[in-house]
Amino acid sequence: MSLLELRAVSVRYRLAGKGGYLAAVDGIDFTLGEHEMLGLVGESGCGKTTLGRAILRLVPLSAGELRWRGQRIDTLNPRAFRPLRRELQCVFQDPNASLDPRMTILESVAAPLRSLDRKMPLSERVSRAQERLDEVGIARDLASRYPHQLSGGQLQRAVIARALVVDPRFVVCDEPVSALDVTVQDQIVSLLERIRSERGLASLFISHNLAVVARLCERVMVMYRGRIVETGGRGPITTAPLHPYTRELLDAVPGVDAGARARLLRRIACPRPAVSDAVPDAGCAFAHRCPHVLAHCRVKRPPLQPAADARLVACHRASEWPGGLQGPGGSAV
Amino acid sequence: MKLLEIRALTVDFSGRPPVRAVDGVDLTIDARESIAIVGESGSGKSQLLHACTGLLAANGRALGSVRFEGGELLGDGNRAAAVRGRGIGFVFQDASGSLTPHRRVGDQLAEIAAAAHGMTRAAARAESCRMLECVHLPDASRRLAQYPHELSGGMRQRVAIALALVARPRLLFADEPTTALDVTVQAEILALLAELCRDLGMALLLVTHDLGVVAALADRIAVMYAGRIVETSSAADFFSGPKHAYSAGLLAAVPTLARPP
Amino acid sequence: MVSSGLWGDAFRQLRGDRAAMTALVVLSLLVIAATAGPLFVDYREDQIDWANMAVAPFTADGHWLGTDRLGRDLLVRTLHGLRVSLAIALAATLVSLVIGVAWGAVAGYLRGRADALMMRFVDVLYALPQVFFVIILTVVFGRGPLTLLIAIGAFGWLTMARIVRGQALALREREFVEAAIVGGAGTLGIVARHIVPNLLGPVIVYATLTVPQVILVESFLSFLGIGIQEPLASLGNLIADGAAEMETAPWMLAVPAGCLVLLVFCFNFLGDGLRDALDPRDRR
Repeated sequence: MSLLELRAVSVRYRLAGKGGYLAAVDGIDFTLGEHEMLGLVGESGCGKTTLGRAILRLVPLSAGELRWRGQRIDTLNPRAFRPLRRELQCVFQDPNASLDPRMTILESVAAPLRSLDRKMPLSERVSRAQERLDEVGIARDLASRYPHQLSGGQLQRAVIARALVVDPRFVVCDEPVSALDVTVQDQIVSLLERIRSERGLASLFISHNLAVVARLCERVMVMYRGRIVETGGRGPITTAPLHPYTRELLDAVPGVDAGARARLLRRIACPRPAVSDAVPDAGCAFAHRCPHVLAHCRVKRPPLQPAADARLVACHRASEWPGGLQGPGGSAV
Repeated sequence: MKLLEIRALTVDFSGRPPVRAVDGVDLTIDARESIAIVGESGSGKSQLLHACTGLLAANGRALGSVRFEGGELLGDGNRAAAVRGRGIGFVFQDASGSLTPHRRVGDQLAEIAAAAHGMTRAAARAESCRMLECVHLPDASRRLAQYPHELSGGMRQRVAIALALVARPRLLFADEPTTALDVTVQAEILALLAELCRDLGMALLLVTHDLGVVAALADRIAVMYAGRIVETSSAADFFSGPKHAYSAGLLAAVPTLARPP
Repeated sequence: MVSSGLWGDAFRQLRGDRAAMTALVVLSLLVIAATAGPLFVDYREDQIDWANMAVAPFTADGHWLGTDRLGRDLLVRTLHGLRVSLAIALAATLVSLVIGVAWGAVAGYLRGRADALMMRFVDVLYALPQVFFVIILTVVFGRGPLTLLIAIGAFGWLTMARIVRGQALALREREFVEAAIVGGAGTLGIVARHIVPNLLGPVIVYATLTVPQVILVESFLSFLGIGIQEPLASLGNLIADGAAEMETAPWMLAVPAGCLVLLVFCFNFLGDGLRDALDPRDRR
């Protein structure tokens, strides 16, 4: 049995002013197995954060089902759902914002224990929080400090400790490294890798950077304007992408090699079509900025279909490039 | 003559304890050259930029020498103020911070254009529109009438760049210009900066923590650590093998895809 | 340590704040003087000294701060006035802190329909003319400090509720609140442990402003004849009396007014100190 299952999950917001709805998440299905780390990539505004929040029941679903180990959880009332919070935890993007500025690090880390296990004595809460802080590498003398006295990397470690303090089975990591320096990013990603292997934690790892996701996750989903456009193993996705948007994400990953300059200059030489902010109602959501767009792409929405290497892809033309799309100028990136 | 010449620049912040943010930095920039200063937060790289243009916080003190086109900027508030904007343009990490929220994009651009070039209203407006086209903002003429919150993050950063360029500076300071942006947008902004430097003959001093950002853009790379520059080398040399161990660590930290051989 | 960290640290910080500690000491002295002071003065507040009418301070035996037109000792009247005014001010501030903060924080946290309902109630109370309401209260309960207290308390928390609600709305969107939800905290727990502590800054500043404001409202109501009445003294009616005699007997204004100024100064310094002490970011 899968750990987490989403069926046709949608989250719609009512648009201010003229009425109508914006589908931040638009009919998403996936399942997540025990101990699995699943990556979710897309640019800001694509709905990836909303999807993570919907799984944690921080925003209500507009349609669809959410199942946790076979049990419907989207219909549970908050009181009935609360015990499950022990199993589903999260790490947010901005460590400065996700810790209460008026609580010490230790207080913040111990807070879920207080809420979720009312009978636990104070001394045990403190020692449990202390253990988790040790696990993520926060020195004991930092535990009694306030968030503003710590660096971004230390804060994010504390946030991870807080997520782990109740021994969850599943953690949503929403852009956990994008607010950090690259050197610190590297350390946090290593920490997450270590925790995952030690604890066998399942996770949904959300990021806008495909390189970060590919480092951590076996399986990757690419999301664009509320829909999944391609999903599959990290190998095929990063070497032979089938959806033009996946290609674009790959091209955007900065390189630190001698070829980087040449690629950037090619990018200047062939500017992308100007992207308008109008949302098309029908057809493929990516059509308005797709370099391979055909007339019927704007009319008919492509379904998510099976493709090579056990992948799913939502593109009418995917079968035309079975070997994957190539980078700008025809060279492999 | 060098465009910008920094000699033995030291920046101290008073307080308990006092902090030396920049510790004896020497750096020169030629016209049309792109230089990147790379380092972690707290390495003093942003303070270096602020010290050069007299924008240090009240408890900061800069010693040494900063010459822009031969004129000393340190200790001469008037010259520093005259150089700011016209000689040296600024782009910050947080684009929405450099745009006034309650004024239309076009008005903000036109005001600077009028002040810098002594243009009439109509001419300033036309120049603003041209600048927005220059930074590849779609529907430039329509954008002039919009407010900053109506634009996406990437578009706001384009407007912020246009704002920095209206006065036609010879040197652009870019402080983490893409850190707050998605990788896809980051790539576009980097391409834009490279294109503008090439087409406008402008020098660029880019400050970032991410070597991935500078690889494609910079002619020369200076690595900064704890207030000092620990390594300066050409981009080609740097990426083929950094000399300093710290630089190697920075390079290894950049998230990359395993590239096919 | 886990539960009392904020307040314990705040107290330690406050002890290092010289201005706030001075204010606290002066305020304590004023409170002691207001409660115990009249015992050490030879005159009662409504006792008339026919031999010494409207004498200036330090001129007549036993009347250190002089007397008013009727020969009543100004020191003892001021101490009594201070007692009444302090009691009303503290009670009204307490009401505004407890009801106003709880009401505003809950409304702001819940948002939506609950928020709209709760804030419309505040609007309705706002729209009632306060003086009219007080007159009705005096008709029902009779004149006296208690009526005044109910009248001031009933309106005092409205502005606080609005300020707090605005802050709570903003705080609610912060990630640490979502983190608390994910951590299993319930509505009350979040409001009490995350929302309220983070809006203490503006709350305390506004509370310190409430004290002088309430004293002034009290004096205004007394002036209209529906507040504290002669021969009872309050700082408000003492100042009103003093203002009438300003040209002939300036001390009658100076003494109670000086007392009010001192009080307001102390509350402001203490408020500033508390606000800084409760914000960990301001600690060194």
